Amino acid sequence: MISEKGLHLGRRDLLRFMGAGGVAVSAALIGPKMAGAAPSPVSAKGARIVIVGAGAAGLSMASRLVQRLDGAAITIIDSRKAHYYQPGFTLVAGGIKPKDYPVSTTAEYMPRHVTWLEEAVAEIDPDGNKVVTASGKQVPYDFLVVAAGLHLDYASIEGMDVARIGQDGLGSIYAGPEAAFATWGAMSQFADTGGVGLFLRPNTEMKCAGAPLKYTFITDDHLRRRDNRSKAEIIYAANNKVLFSVPIVSEKVRMLFRDRDVKVRYDHIQTGIDLGRKVATFATPSGPAEIKYDFINVVPPMRAPAAVRNSPLRWQDGPWASDGWMEVDKATLRHKRYPNVFGVGDIAGVPKGKTAASVKWMVPVAVDHLVASLTGGQTTSSYNGYTSCPLITQLGRAMLVEFDYDNNLVPSFPGVIAPLEELWITWVMKTMALKPTYLTMLRGQA
Amino acid sequence: MKDMDPFVFLVVFQEMLGPVLWLLVALAVFGLAGFLIVVLREGKLDSKRLVRSELIGLLGGVLALVLAAKFTVSGFTDAGGPVDWLLVGLIWGIGLAGTTILAYAIQGLAPCRRCG
Repeated sequence: MISEKGLHLGRRDLLRFMGAGGVAVSAALIGPKMAGAAPSPVSAKGARIVIVGAGAAGLSMASRLVQRLDGAAITIIDSRKAHYYQPGFTLVAGGIKPKDYPVSTTAEYMPRHVTWLEEAVAEIDPDGNKVVTASGKQVPYDFLVVAAGLHLDYASIEGMDVARIGQDGLGSIYAGPEAAFATWGAMSQFADTGGVGLFLRPNTEMKCAGAPLKYTFITDDHLRRRDNRSKAEIIYAANNKVLFSVPIVSEKVRMLFRDRDVKVRYDHIQTGIDLGRKVATFATPSGPAEIKYDFINVVPPMRAPAAVRNSPLRWQDGPWASDGWMEVDKATLRHKRYPNVFGVGDIAGVPKGKTAASVKWMVPVAVDHLVASLTGGQTTSSYNGYTSCPLITQLGRAMLVEFDYDNNLVPSFPGVIAPLEELWITWVMKTMALKPTYLTMLRGQA
Repeated sequence: MKDMDPFVFLVVFQEMLGPVLWLLVALAVFGLAGFLIVVLREGKLDSKRLVRSELIGLLGGVLALVLAAKFTVSGFTDAGGPVDWLLVGLIWGIGLAGTTILAYAIQGLAPCRRCG
C-alpha cells in the first residue's frame, strides 16, 4: 500500500529496487513494443531536411534520420532549452513523483551532426520551401518535418490566470512541471479538507485524453486514504456525451466513476472561471451553467501553434480545420498538398495520436516515407493510429488501454494483461518503465 | 506488435539503471560463476550448505517484495488480477533464486571451514 508520506523516490532508490528483480518485470512489459534495428544508412548528400520543434517527435525524428541518412544536412529549429517528459506531469501533480521528475534538457538528446537553431519559428512557407524564424532568418528545405506540438490556449478561458495555479484551489497540470507541482499542493490541501472537486476536459483535440480521468481517480484515492472521501463531492464535467472517445473505454470509465461515486455532468464545456468566487462557467445545451468548486483541475483548450495555424499547412475544412491542425494523410503522415512535408506528434491532424506512445509509432513511419522519397524508393509503412494510455484508476493500479484509429482495442499482451482490468503490473509499467523507454525513443534507440 | 530487439532492451535498462546495470550484471556473473566453480570443484552439491542458502534465499525473496512495494510506491496488496500475482511470484522467485545462488557461492568460496 502507499502511505501519504514517502511518495517521492529518488533515482538511487529506484536503482536499488531494480537490483531486487524489477529489471525482468520491466523487460517483460516494455519489450514487445521495441522496434527493430535501423537499416544501414543511405546516401542523401546535399539533401536539406528541416525539423520544426525539438519535443518528443522532433528529437525522435532527428535521431532516426541521422541513423538512416548519410550526408543529409539536418536542421532542427526550437528555442526551448528545457525538455519535459510530459507524461510525468500527472504523476507530479498526483504526488507520486518529485517536481524535477519530468525535467531534462533538449541538448542531451540532440543527435550529433544535427544543426540546432535555437529560435522560435515565426512562419512556415511551404510554397517557397522555407521556414522563417523569429529573428527573420530564412531556412530553406527540401523536406520539412513539422513537429511543433500544440498550444495550450489558457487565454480562451475567461478569467483564467496561469500564475495563480496552486492558489485558492486552482490546479492545472499542463502548464509545466512547476504548475504540476503547484497543482499537487492544491489537490493535497483539498484531500485534507474535502469540498467540491471539479474535473473536466476541453472541447478540442487534446494530448492524452486519459489524463483528466486519471487525475480524477488519483484525487479520489488521496481523499479515501485520508478518510475524507465522505467530506468531498467529485464532479467530472465531460465536454460531450461520453467520457472517452473509445466507446468500450468510455463505458468502463462510466462504471468506475459510478463505483467511486464520481458525479458526471455531460455536455459541459468550460468557458470561464472566477478565481475569487471559485466558480467555473460552462457552456451547455441549455445555456451557461456555473459550478462552484473547492479544487479544480483546469484543462485548457488545445490548438495548433500559430506558426502552423497561420500557414497553408493547416486543414482547410473538416473537423481539424478550426483549430489549425496540420493536414496530413493519417497512414503516412505526409502532407496531403505538400508531399515534401510531414507532420508528426501532436500537430498532426489525425483522429487519434496525441501521446508519447503515438510518437513512438508515428516516427518510424514518417522516416520510412521521407527516406523513400529521398532515394526514389517505396515503402508500405503505415501508422494505424496506435495510442496507449495507462489509465491510473487508483494509486497502485492502472488499466493499460491501447487503441487505434477505428476505436479497436489493440492490446500488446492479449490474454495476459487485460486492457480494461485495473492492474498493479500496469501501474508498475507506468511509474517505472515508460520514462526510460521514452528517453531511449528520443535517442532513436527504441 | 513489433519485433523484439535485445539491443533495445539493453539501452532501455541502461537508461533506467545507469551504471548500476553493469553492477547487477557483474553480481549475477560472479554468483553463477562462483556457484559453478564450487560445484565443479567439489563434484557435488553440499546439502547442508544448500539448505542454508535456500533459507537465506527465502529472505532474499521477501526482501525483493518489500523493495518492490517500496520503490513502486505500491505493492502486492494492490494486485488486481492473475497477472499481478504472477508478477509477485516472479519478483519473489528472482529474489529467492538470486540470493540462494549467491549465498551458496560465497559460502563455498569463503576461506573458512565452518562456512563450507
